[in-house]
Amino acid sequence: MSDVTIIEGGRVIDPASGTDGVRAVVLKDGLVADVAERVERPSGARVVDARGRWVTPGFIDLHVHLREPGQEYKETVASGARAAVAGGFTAVVCMPNTKPVNDTLAVTELILARAAAAGLARVYPCGCISRGQAGEDLAEFGELRAGGCVAVSDDGKPVMSPALMRRALEYARAFSLPVAVHEEDLHLVGQGVMHEGAASTRLGLKGIPGQAEEVMVLRDIALAELTGGRLHLQHVSAAGSVRAVREAKRRGLQVTAEVTPHHLTLTDEDVAASGYSTGLKMSPPLRSAEDVRACVEGLADGTIDCIATDHAPHSSVEKDVEFDAALNGVTGLETAFPVCLALVRRGALGERRLVEALSAAPARAFSLPGGTLARGAPADVAILDPAAEWTFDAAATHSRSSNSPWKGRRLTGRCTHTFVGGRLVHQAGGEAR
Amino acid sequence: MIGRQKHCIALEDFSREEILQVLDLAVSMKEVLRRPIKKVPSLRGKSVVNLFFEASTRTRSSFEIAAKTLSADCLNWTSASSSVTKGETLIDTARNLEAMRPDVLVIRHSAGGAPRLVADHVGCAVVSAGDGAHEHPSQGLLDCFTVRERLGTLEGKTLAIVGDVSHSRVARSDLHAFPKLGARVRLCGPPTMMPSGVEKLGCTVHTDLRAAVEGADAVIMLRIQHERIGDPLIPNTREYSKLWGLNARKAADWLKPGALVLHPGPINRGVELSPEVADGPASVILDQVQNGVAVRMAILYLLAGGDAAEAKA
Repeated sequence: MSDVTIIEGGRVIDPASGTDGVRAVVLKDGLVADVAERVERPSGARVVDARGRWVTPGFIDLHVHLREPGQEYKETVASGARAAVAGGFTAVVCMPNTKPVNDTLAVTELILARAAAAGLARVYPCGCISRGQAGEDLAEFGELRAGGCVAVSDDGKPVMSPALMRRALEYARAFSLPVAVHEEDLHLVGQGVMHEGAASTRLGLKGIPGQAEEVMVLRDIALAELTGGRLHLQHVSAAGSVRAVREAKRRGLQVTAEVTPHHLTLTDEDVAASGYSTGLKMSPPLRSAEDVRACVEGLADGTIDCIATDHAPHSSVEKDVEFDAALNGVTGLETAFPVCLALVRRGALGERRLVEALSAAPARAFSLPGGTLARGAPADVAILDPAAEWTFDAAATHSRSSNSPWKGRRLTGRCTHTFVGGRLVHQAGGEAR
Repeated sequence: MIGRQKHCIALEDFSREEILQVLDLAVSMKEVLRRPIKKVPSLRGKSVVNLFFEASTRTRSSFEIAAKTLSADCLNWTSASSSVTKGETLIDTARNLEAMRPDVLVIRHSAGGAPRLVADHVGCAVVSAGDGAHEHPSQGLLDCFTVRERLGTLEGKTLAIVGDVSHSRVARSDLHAFPKLGARVRLCGPPTMMPSGVEKLGCTVHTDLRAAVEGADAVIMLRIQHERIGDPLIPNTREYSKLWGLNARKAADWLKPGALVLHPGPINRGVELSPEVADGPASVILDQVQNGVAVRMAILYLLAGGDAAEAKA
């Protein structure tokens, strides 16, 4: 007998198919079999009561760091995939800055093998742009693509050479690979550790202006136009970058962009108020209230395609140190939904747009399966309780690390069930059966 | 305690009353330093640890003399390494020192926020002796003390701070302290040395030295560090000195009579200050050094558990 799950009574929000209303969702043989107001209940079917909740396509995160191979004390493919499904994410794209970096088939295969063994979220590796992430020679995009990489990126390191970036965008066209970039001009970054402004001045910390990002965004938009390549801008944080992307899209260039939950909700003044908390140190840094407004507007109007967490686990060894010395990054998989839902509650973002930015939009940007509950789509589903209040308890996190700005904070909105390929892989308040 | 402050880390956190509490007590402390026997038993049995991650002779010596004048035991712990260079972490170093039960930990560190991090992990009082480009609270207090001593009050006075404000912890502490005591602050220097948004701290920003110092009651000249030249914040010290250095002619033409010249030291003679000005009648640079000991005595006394009334008795 085939495995059937019926999710009943929930509000189905599926922007890709234009569905928004109470429906039953039938999952069968790993696929979405039906979405309808009334469905039959075959005997033996698992029935999930989703009344009062949202039923959405499983979230897709184009930007996570799973740290394996090499830094398993921070995260593994399995622990990261577990954190993903706990946050409603059914697919993640893991960045190549592992140790060794993912610039060869062997590393790609290892990540895929670990992901298959974990059997939780779908894990899509992202290969390097440059061999060794050294910024000099191109990595073997063809072999990485064949092995399962869905994009290339030197994430964490900007591609400083415009010549290399040009060739990467050109060469990637042969494989339809998006070239995902961490945009910062390292000369302008200098020794900076936070956004440059009144807050960095008060704290006496070296600042990084938003223009360090904007000048690279402008450069790469020009190169996307030159090459016809697919440019994906990672973790956009500056108002100037949002303006540049809006203009590029108006001109019809193949440019997509992502923004993180923290860049949508926190500012440099939060760093000052925290008293040098390294839990608020990341790259790019938390920016001004004006930049945050521009990012939220850009997300709402579609200039910024999607929300990506830049889930970046670090241990206390890297974080319980001076602000200058702390590594960049925060975890985000388990808190993305409630943190972004706060934007909906204050009227800055529509509910459907939020779901789209977490599902259909990232799927489109990287040409990934899923992101919709259309009949025949993979049975990747999140059930979300938008009213659930809970405390993000660092000790109970599924990630191996707890370097989160929301550690110990009360949050509203929580994923209660996650299905990947029709299998229940997460249930809040208890392990999945 | 200084008012509600258990530590002395940032004058940004200090109220006017807390600043005045230190300055007023420092007046009595300065009197102690003028006695033939420069020792009082106020902190006998207490211990002060100087934990210095950055080279500093004058500030460390000043804290050491302050502690010893009050009869506290004083230990100097100098560490060239920090967690930046992958030695013992700052928190581990601080906890190790705390296990030796000091009453006050005086810390200097190249990273802004380091004293705050230490304070969050130890039980004793923490005094910042300068952290990165953040603050140097005892210097800010001694600058206030010095100007107030000479001018009687800071109420309605105008202070000009000239130089590399972006890298200066002294300027930040002065910027927080002087306005709380009623003074206006003007900043001056090349735009490359003015940190972003600094005008939001309640000061005016000038590029023209004359506009900044004319009519000012006191001028604080900051040290120009030679490593800034290649940054590149300024073309060279020659041009800097011409445009933003204070020499005898500019001082005579632009400073109002009785205006004070301060410098946190060490001076680059011929760069930010000409020798005639540094050694001239307007200079209170050596007063600053002596007042620094008195102010640090007051800070240590208050944080090591003394109370102001007893000290004056």
